[in-house]
Amino acid sequence: MKATQLSVFLENKQGRLADVTRVLAENDINIRALFIADTSDFGILRMIVDKPRKAIDILKENQFTVSETDVVAVELLDKPGSLAKILSVLNDNSLNIEYLYCFLDTERNAAVDIMRIEDASRAIDILQGAGVKLLGGDDLHEL
Amino acid sequence: MIWNKEIETMPREQLEVLQLEGLRSTVKRVYENVPMYKKRFDEAGLGPDSIKTLDDLQKFPFTLKTDLRDNYPFGIFAVPMKDIVRLHASSGTTGKSTVVGYTKNDIDIWAELMARTLSAAGATSDDVVHNAYGYGLFTGGLGVHYGAERVGASVIPVSGGNTKRQITIMQDFGSTILACTPSYALYLAEVAKEMGVKNSELKLKAGVFGAEPWSNSMRKDIEERLGILAIDIYGLSEIIGPGVAYECPEKDGLHIGEDHFIVEVIDPDTGKRLPPGEKGELVFTTITKEATPVIRYRTRDISAINFERCACGRTTARMDRVTGRTDDMLIIRGVNVFPSQIESVLMKIEGTEPHYQLIVDRTGKLDILEVQVEVNERFFSDRVRQLEDFERKVKGEIESVLNISVDVKLVEPKTIQRSEGKAKRVIDRRNLN
Repeated sequence: MKATQLSVFLENKQGRLADVTRVLAENDINIRALFIADTSDFGILRMIVDKPRKAIDILKENQFTVSETDVVAVELLDKPGSLAKILSVLNDNSLNIEYLYCFLDTERNAAVDIMRIEDASRAIDILQGAGVKLLGGDDLHEL
Repeated sequence: MIWNKEIETMPREQLEVLQLEGLRSTVKRVYENVPMYKKRFDEAGLGPDSIKTLDDLQKFPFTLKTDLRDNYPFGIFAVPMKDIVRLHASSGTTGKSTVVGYTKNDIDIWAELMARTLSAAGATSDDVVHNAYGYGLFTGGLGVHYGAERVGASVIPVSGGNTKRQITIMQDFGSTILACTPSYALYLAEVAKEMGVKNSELKLKAGVFGAEPWSNSMRKDIEERLGILAIDIYGLSEIIGPGVAYECPEKDGLHIGEDHFIVEVIDPDTGKRLPPGEKGELVFTTITKEATPVIRYRTRDISAINFERCACGRTTARMDRVTGRTDDMLIIRGVNVFPSQIESVLMKIEGTEPHYQLIVDRTGKLDILEVQVEVNERFFSDRVRQLEDFERKVKGEIESVLNISVDVKLVEPKTIQRSEGKAKRVIDRRNLN
């Protein structure tokens, strides 16, 4: 039930993010979620896209530095307390989240949380055991 | 002030007699004691008797920095170790340093040359010399130290760093002559200002500045900020250290210690000697040095020479302020840096590409060296921490080799310009001319 996230190295240089999105647009790839971690001289662009394999190939062809990361994606009700509940399950099991970002799926009135967890497989087992709805690669990318 | 009036103002014909004598004995000594020179001279059909006039020097092959490295550590020494009383070293092109030795007599000559240098800046036995050049393997610190003692001045061996304390010492000890790199002089001025110390509270009257390239506008800046006379000095450890040449208050070229060195300017491409006034590469031959004499040492420094008598009365040849290098060596905060040193560090670190670029800038008062390194795709991860650790690792390794601090910046692969022949490794944004 792991999902694929693309990470792209970006120098802090004007227009680099625009370049990435342009390349993806030209190849009909849809970005589902996007988050940038930045430092003073570089950034890491993290994305969930609809066609991860194709996106990786295309970005590489265009000289971007891309890596693939397994992340855990969960679907939550878009209401107070949903995230808190999940985080306490992870915390109770001593699972640390390295980073996390969310987006809304308005059609389904749901929130999707993407989490980078060191031990993703164990996190998935535990979350499933706790009745959390997980999104696998397919559900997520084709969402 | 002229320290050694007899030599420094000697008629040129007389000086040339001294030079010829020194050259003859040096050629003989290196032929007999340094296998590298014997081999080279033999190959060129030259020997101890080949020097009839000073012009005969032109027939001799050059000595390169790599020759010193290839004979690391003591292969070019012309005297046994028991006669060596001091060793100094400067950075080499690929990690191995260039080692030079001094006999007791060499140290004596060096002190004499530095006494001339400091006297030219006005130093006497009444002065307090604030020596902020680094003490150690680098020749700057001890070179100035011995010269100042020779003059009879009081030396403060303060060395580099701890700038606030340096200002306090200047104030309390009444330093009158400052010796350091020009960029450090500006930094001292800035810190003094921050501390609220006015020039009138300091006794500084002059400074001898060298070990890195600087411009006339920087000189004006130093003179205005510190209210002193700023003198340019020149030297390199392969020849003797600081003291090879120095300005007088006329500021019209640097006087060369010609009773100890023969200077030539050559076309760096053809190796042919150039006439006075023409810009080319400075080449020095030592004619009195005992431990590590060098014949026609190519400095890679670009300058021109002039044999006219100076308004100060000195008759020794003068060289122009060095305006550049014929190789890719950089001088950053007084430290020699070769791009190849950085390259060899990067090659050893997993995850870096051998593609890098060095950006040198002078922001504020000090030189900044930024090393841009391409990130290898295999190494890239989604974690910021991992990339930052990597950046720190590269920084640490480079700093341990260069002994100066650098900024490391990770850049996207294939963004550093590739070129067919020589890659453009260095962008120097300092305005030095």
